[in-house]
Amino acid sequence: MTGPQTIFFILAAVVLAFSVMSVVERKILRAAIYLLFVLVATAGLFYMMNYQFLAGVQLILYAGGIVVLIIFSILLTSQINSKLDRPKKLHVFSAIFTGLGGMALSVITFLQFTFRPSHALAAEVNMRTIGIRLMGTGPEGYALPFEVISILLLAALVGTIYIARRT
Amino acid sequence: MIGLSCLVFFIGLAGVLIRRNLITMLMGIELMLNAVNINFVAFNHYLFPDRLEGHFFALIVMAIAAAEAAVAIALIINIYRKFATVSVDDVDELKY
Repeated sequence: MTGPQTIFFILAAVVLAFSVMSVVERKILRAAIYLLFVLVATAGLFYMMNYQFLAGVQLILYAGGIVVLIIFSILLTSQINSKLDRPKKLHVFSAIFTGLGGMALSVITFLQFTFRPSHALAAEVNMRTIGIRLMGTGPEGYALPFEVISILLLAALVGTIYIARRT
Repeated sequence: MIGLSCLVFFIGLAGVLIRRNLITMLMGIELMLNAVNINFVAFNHYLFPDRLEGHFFALIVMAIAAAEAAVAIALIINIYRKFATVSVDDVDELKY
């Protein structure tokens, strides 16, 4: 097994193990920390595929932003040591059934499709390319999604302040 | 890679279905969005390495996930102020 493959399998094992643990853990703060491990390992996967900028954004935004928000909300809404109730049998059964069923369906679908790995030279992903593409209006520019995202963020900001204010 | 993202997606889905707590359901949704990102980036890297569509899609998904988490947590904290619980079974009124 080559080096990148070994790293991929280690990272994949970390992602899978911690996502299962984050779902079944009954102490809610620990579940949030397991989610953090999943997100950091995903950043490692992006780094392995040479998308350094994406890995950095993943670390800053998910690991630094969203997990901190989640932990804050946990601390504001519940006791640290409080355990979640054991979920009902019916819920567990239906969740496992939906998960396995959906997984079987998608595995069957993507096994039927033959992927052709491309051997084209990998595009260089440096900050200059990313900046030009994000603001570009040409055939490979992303100026419209970029502006839509900025409007969405503004709306989320205003909406969040409005929702969370004390009445 | 696709298998991995598929597994993580359905673990997240099971997490949403299994829990009755708003915050853990939000965490399940984050897991699902993360799986989608892995999928986009993997397709970009292995099938179309000379283009960057998946890369930018993943960036946009991350921005939307951040906005969604912020709004969801504002809602959860407001719900907690009014109902003193974050369990979806106890929050059964829309107008307070």
